[in-house]
Amino acid sequence: MADPLLEVDGLVKRFGGFTALNRVTLHVKAGERFGLIGPNGSGKTTLINCVAGSLRADEGRIVFDGVDVTALPPHRRTRLGIARSFQIPKPFTSMSVLDNLGIPLEYAGHARSEGGGAEARAILKEIGLEAKAHLRPAGLTQIEMRKLELARAMAARPKLLISDEAMAGLSSAEVDDILAILFRLNAQGITIIMIEHIMRAVMRFSQRVVVLDAGERIAEGTPDEIVRNPAVEKAYLGE
Amino acid sequence: MTRMGWSVLVGVAVIAGGIGLAGLRVNPYVYFAGYVILQYVVIATAWNILGGYAGYVNFGTPAFFALGAYTAVFLIRSVKAPLPVLIVAGGLVAALLGLGIGYLTLRLRGTFFSIATLALSVVLQTMIINWEYVGGSRGISVLRPSGPPFGSYVTFLFTVMVALAVVAVLVARFIERSWIGRGLAALRDNEEAAECMGVPTLRLKLFATTVSGFFLGVAGAPFPYYVTFVEPNSAFALDYAVNALAMPMIGGTTSWVGPVIGAVLLGTASQVATVTISSELNLLIVGVVLVAFVVLAPEGLLGLTRRLRGR
Repeated sequence: MADPLLEVDGLVKRFGGFTALNRVTLHVKAGERFGLIGPNGSGKTTLINCVAGSLRADEGRIVFDGVDVTALPPHRRTRLGIARSFQIPKPFTSMSVLDNLGIPLEYAGHARSEGGGAEARAILKEIGLEAKAHLRPAGLTQIEMRKLELARAMAARPKLLISDEAMAGLSSAEVDDILAILFRLNAQGITIIMIEHIMRAVMRFSQRVVVLDAGERIAEGTPDEIVRNPAVEKAYLGE
Repeated sequence: MTRMGWSVLVGVAVIAGGIGLAGLRVNPYVYFAGYVILQYVVIATAWNILGGYAGYVNFGTPAFFALGAYTAVFLIRSVKAPLPVLIVAGGLVAALLGLGIGYLTLRLRGTFFSIATLALSVVLQTMIINWEYVGGSRGISVLRPSGPPFGSYVTFLFTVMVALAVVAVLVARFIERSWIGRGLAALRDNEEAAECMGVPTLRLKLFATTVSGFFLGVAGAPFPYYVTFVEPNSAFALDYAVNALAMPMIGGTTSWVGPVIGAVLLGTASQVATVTISSELNLLIVGVVLVAFVVLAPEGLLGLTRRLRGR
């Protein structure tokens, strides 16, 4: 088995007296399509905030690509190759779609100024946003906004892409659209962690799934195993 | 020639123009008023590096301006330092204060940051009031050095301010068009997203607060020689806080031209009002104009022209 690209070991995150993550451990292999699911409030977003660096974990260790990133600020992690999209899109509103991609290209993608424009255009084309390149984000539809989130994360030239509910609220056809993009990115060698509530999408996409409930890891396995796991059923539906 | 070379050339031409104007020896009041307007070009430009580019609204402009002025007072009194030294020292001390408020941005954002900067101004004024060496609450008289290089001393200060304004605007323009400016714009739009896209937000914010503080201090450093009597109420005047914010807002905060336009328009208007109506009416005019712009043209004159041209 290849060395894991991302190792999360015994991660603990507390907010005051509330333990949002309790000794969560997970390993993601290079090139893997990894699903992270769990009911609302189970700690999925807290976990990826800790991995991306927006939150500092109270205990535990995060190793990415052989580097201990536990104490690094988010921008350093991005430069090492961790990129994320946000659940609620957070575009740079004063810039055009193209310039939105210019920021990660310039700051994390190691493409200072020269050729940055061409590279941004290539990414937009791949994601299917090239027609909107000169629009401000305010002029985008819901799905285009999600695509912009993914495109901007891609512009950071990541090894690991964390997609945080990129499909919530989209129609069935739009979900397929985003899924196809993620499959293509994975085929290019990018490891992907998908956090999603739409089971049809996660189960189709993921090679391996980890289930969180109330800050604890309750199950891990292939999509088929997860579907048949009684603990998962209990977490979602109750007794 | 590179674009940067051109802008430096234009800057040199403006300074030469200023010296030429000083040589004309027109009505001394022109230089007197011109100094104030140029001083506001520096202040508005400096404020905008933090407030416009990075989106952190600083209400503490008087603190930085007065820090520059009082650093100068201290150096004049203690070692009779020459004007260039006063300007650099005033800028550096204010830059240090800027670096300090930069670390505030770690915990304070939006309105809370603004309130903290306002409080900073009050604290600093209280300290100066209780510091007898620089005049305390009574103020202090400053003797101008004899024999300015040309004309009267005010004419000389006018040309100095032309040069300072040119330098401040060139620096602001350079920042805006560099990777630093793009990073600042990203963190202004969304700080968390910027950080996650590889932008070292803390370092850029510290840079912006320091450079902004530096030029606010620079604007204040020649002030003692200009007024010849420095006292806390005039050095910490509310006008600086209001104008520093109003001028970029009226011109447009996203470009270096905005603060320049705002400072020239509003600065001239308030000079005219001072002479023709009353000096007390100044702030009222600024307030009314600011409210009008915030409501009708929130992106300033630049945004307004862009919108009109778009249609």
